[in-house]
Amino acid sequence: MRTLHREKTPEAREYDELVQRVSPRSSAGSTALALVKAFGVGGLICCVGQAIHDLGAGPLGLDDKAVSAFTSTALIFLSALLTGLGLYDRIGKFAGAGSIVPITGFANSVVSPAMEFKREGYVLGVGAKMFVVAGPVLVYGITASVLYGVIYYVIRLVQGG
Amino acid sequence: MAEKKRGAQSVLLQNRPRVLSFASMAGPKEAEGPLAGTFDETFTDDTLGEKSWERGEAKMLEHTVDLALSKARVYADAVDAFLGGDLLNQIVSASYTARQLGAPFLGLYGACSTMAESLLLGALLVDGGYADRVVCATCSHFATAERQYRFPLELGNQRTPTAQWTVTGAGATLLGRGEAKGLPLRLTAATIGRVVDKQQTDINNMGAAMAPAAADTLLAHLRDLHRSVQDYDLIVTGDLGCVGYDLMCLLCEQKGVSLDERYIDCGCEVFSPEQDVHAGGSGCGCSACCLNGWLFRRMLSGEIRRLLFLATGALMSTTTSQQGESIPAIAHAVTLEVEEG
Repeated sequence: MRTLHREKTPEAREYDELVQRVSPRSSAGSTALALVKAFGVGGLICCVGQAIHDLGAGPLGLDDKAVSAFTSTALIFLSALLTGLGLYDRIGKFAGAGSIVPITGFANSVVSPAMEFKREGYVLGVGAKMFVVAGPVLVYGITASVLYGVIYYVIRLVQGG
Repeated sequence: MAEKKRGAQSVLLQNRPRVLSFASMAGPKEAEGPLAGTFDETFTDDTLGEKSWERGEAKMLEHTVDLALSKARVYADAVDAFLGGDLLNQIVSASYTARQLGAPFLGLYGACSTMAESLLLGALLVDGGYADRVVCATCSHFATAERQYRFPLELGNQRTPTAQWTVTGAGATLLGRGEAKGLPLRLTAATIGRVVDKQQTDINNMGAAMAPAAADTLLAHLRDLHRSVQDYDLIVTGDLGCVGYDLMCLLCEQKGVSLDERYIDCGCEVFSPEQDVHAGGSGCGCSACCLNGWLFRRMLSGEIRRLLFLATGALMSTTTSQQGESIPAIAHAVTLEVEEG
């Protein structure tokens, strides 16, 4: 019986080589340009974050804890707004990982399915599908942070601190 | 031995069913492409005024079928069978169109090969004397396909260089008996495709998955009917895109069949490179709206006299892809000829 993960036949491997030869790849030049774009846009998002931070810490007079919450919330709001206006996917097309990595990318990955599945209703649509993209990030992000906490705790015990 | 069967997979349509009328519709991006002006109707609102994209897609197909019927002045109750399908789960666009049309309905799923599959089966029904008028139609929609197969539209993700862009479009052909009044276009032969799977798993490279099926069906067609590429003015594949086009040429070359400038692919023709669609167009609507507009018009103008229409489909689902299963592919072929005299 054929299983799902079956070995590739020699014929299929030969075809793979043909596919590799024919399929276009991102050129070195375009990869370099993509890096510059990602660096620029990612950096710009961080600069906006810093400006929001300074606004909170300076004129608004927030304390350290409040100012970081204020900065994250403001960035998430801006990302959700741009997603709702249909602009964030265009920024993503231009910037690549530059707009995916910052917290704004995470907000985009929650807001975009929420918008899209609204037509299936608020429970089975928005509610069920909102984390369809961000879900794995949450699951493994939280798991990693728990593991990190346990390891840190054990090390501190061993050190006797 | 079946008297109309030729070789392993092909048939000769001895009564030469006629194309009574055809119609096509396309969305905003297609209307900005090189084939603008060859569609009967285009629209700018991708929901067509409906409350969801799925509803809009069904409305597009309903309207395209209506257009084809009205061009031939045929009422829905004179249609003996409606053969159609689409890309959505449970082929809902075709079913809702059939609900509105009221004609006897056979739903088909051949992924993007549905236009050729429906023409093939429709031609068999008419040629065999089982039907007088058959509507063959299919459609696809960029937004509904993206949300079913890929990611939400507003997600700021990247597309790979081999990815293709689902065409928002629909096409419908009304077939009738050879002696009926209609257009000087006839279906004369057909080849039923086999599922070919070269163990491709990259769902962002459909051209690579489908090219071996297209080559398999083309070679079977030529072998079964003792024909060569030179017997055709044009050989058209459905939606192999640029990557699949090159692979198709190489695979045929390996088998000693050289495809020259007679060979084109709808996926490469429907958009221009400036439209940033990466490897080209895809979807049931891609070959359907190209055939039921641009290609049929070129045949009517006398530019092409014999055409082989070879629509290709990738038959995977998101579930089986996630389970690591490879992509089975298929291609069906129909020969279309301009009537002599």
